[in-house]
Amino acid sequence: MIVVKNLRKSFGEVQAVKGVSFEARDGEITGLLGPNGAGKTTTLRMLYSLLPPDDGEILIDGLDPTRDAMAIKRTLGVVPDSRGLYSRLSARENISYYGELHGMNRRQIDQRIAHLTETLDMADFIDRRTEGFSQGQRVKVAIARAMVHEPQTVLMDEPSNGLDVMSTRALRDYVRGLRSAGQSVVLSTHIMQEVAALCDRIVIIAKGEVAADGTAAELLARAGCDSLEDAFVKLIGSEEGLLA
Amino acid sequence: MRGLITVFRKEVRENIRDRRALFNSLLLGPLLFPLLFVGMMWFLESAEQERAEQALELPVVGAQYAPSLIRYLEQQGVVIQPEPDDPEAMVRNQETPVILRVLPEYPERWAEGLPAPVEVIMDPSRQESKTAIRRAKTLLMGYGQRIGSLRLQMRGISPQLAAPVMLKDVDLSTPKSRAILAMIFLPYVLMITAFTGATHLAMDTTAGEKERKSLEPLLINPVPRWQIMTGKMLTTTAFAMASLALTLVSFRIVLPYMPVGAFGMDLTLGLMTLLRILVVISPVAILAAALLTLLASFAKSYREAQSYMGLVILIPMIPSLIFMANPIRAEAWMMMVPLFSQNILIGEIIRGESIALSWYAMSVSSTLVIGIALAVLAATLYNRPRLIFSGS
Repeated sequence: MIVVKNLRKSFGEVQAVKGVSFEARDGEITGLLGPNGAGKTTTLRMLYSLLPPDDGEILIDGLDPTRDAMAIKRTLGVVPDSRGLYSRLSARENISYYGELHGMNRRQIDQRIAHLTETLDMADFIDRRTEGFSQGQRVKVAIARAMVHEPQTVLMDEPSNGLDVMSTRALRDYVRGLRSAGQSVVLSTHIMQEVAALCDRIVIIAKGEVAADGTAAELLARAGCDSLEDAFVKLIGSEEGLLA
Repeated sequence: MRGLITVFRKEVRENIRDRRALFNSLLLGPLLFPLLFVGMMWFLESAEQERAEQALELPVVGAQYAPSLIRYLEQQGVVIQPEPDDPEAMVRNQETPVILRVLPEYPERWAEGLPAPVEVIMDPSRQESKTAIRRAKTLLMGYGQRIGSLRLQMRGISPQLAAPVMLKDVDLSTPKSRAILAMIFLPYVLMITAFTGATHLAMDTTAGEKERKSLEPLLINPVPRWQIMTGKMLTTTAFAMASLALTLVSFRIVLPYMPVGAFGMDLTLGLMTLLRILVVISPVAILAAALLTLLASFAKSYREAQSYMGLVILIPMIPSLIFMANPIRAEAWMMMVPLFSQNILIGEIIRGESIALSWYAMSVSSTLVIGIALAVLAATLYNRPRLIFSGS
């Protein structure tokens, strides 16, 4: 459960996030939808305590990232925009490294990797060095290492970026699996089909502000449109970023 | 500390698989420097020996004025060559290193018992002619002394009267202490090795991690950033130390093959000597790892970091170069100056001198203090978000 109230962040003169508020409940997939540069990544970075907010409040399962950064990091699973893997380590070693950083012991890590290998269908490449992996394989490893400690809350920044159709389907299935396990999932995206196919609740962000917020049906009703795409354009007031 | 150890173990494993890291830290320094120096000495020595053993070929102008001198030179094995047309041009064009010119007034002055003029035409700025010039002059001096003694004897005077002072060398140097003449470069090489051994790791674990976009996900793990950075710096230090230890071992193997000319030198590096040197140089490895990590953290990419490193490598050279150009007596205060103190101490260790423990302590602690201060600075660097995202 994530509660964000009136979040603000500036970089020098640029106001990247100016008063973002939303909620992400357990057992739901919440989509942050917005054009490129709308402030989605900055918002997520404040959630996983990499950036301190200038103002506003964040509570993740009752914890504040600015005060309990370490505790927050233990409950969060994050697939950030940067998915750098260590190319001289195998997929298993990459995941295992994060497990160790989370303080898990060998046995826990091995069990968890066995489970993730199966759910994410990684058996073919789990013991190969990640040098030369395809985008799909990389994203799977990045997800597995973010999920190694069984986080209650999952944050994903543009998870389907660069994925082909098959990998995207696999990713969506996995995210739905998390939802049915009762976890809270927040993902950011600029792709309309993604939210339509996946998200229970949609938070539309434009120019650092929340333009609208609700289920797909609520957003359609509010904009008075038949398609989500039209609703999106209407709600953010421009077509900027949609073609990306 | 668990996080720190995890980071350390992973960086070691990853970099041992990195051919570039192995090459830079564990192969380049340890193999290149010892072979380079011994090879160079060997080459110089053999070239020098060749020049010294070769018959000296000496063109002489006006040989007819000094037949007895020419006879003497020929007895000494000099090959007298015919008179050239333009001796100055010949020397200038490096056709021959040295030419003698006996001036026409030679016989006259000789007969009167006055110094008879012989010119030695040479260009001493040419390094390669030095041996020939020295040999020609030594022969001429020898001839002069011999004739001088004969003249005195003929007048019934003991030639000893012309040598009022007798010089005797009392040589206190030992084969061990003379070894420093051959190993003057060793502190310099070790200082550079501490830095070159650390360079690749320092860049790869910071700028490299940023460039590969693995820094942001790494920092999301529940490990304090100072532990992550310290784990990285420890890896860098370990590689620098390994590089130093290998270089020392490699010198130990190679040095006995070094030609040292006529001097008796003891070039063996005993186990205790190696360990002492390692103790003295270790803080430099920490200093180098901290300094290089600090600098590389500001770079966005491996390439950018590389462009800083060219300048940094000058730092360990400065004290060594000062010391080589202007050797000074070791004093206690110098032990407080990092890099400088190691230069002095390693020199003294090689000479086999006994060194006060307090000097070791001062050198090690002063270098450690600065190294750790830099490490603390580097360890807190990633608390600044700007540095984390500067690559993206």
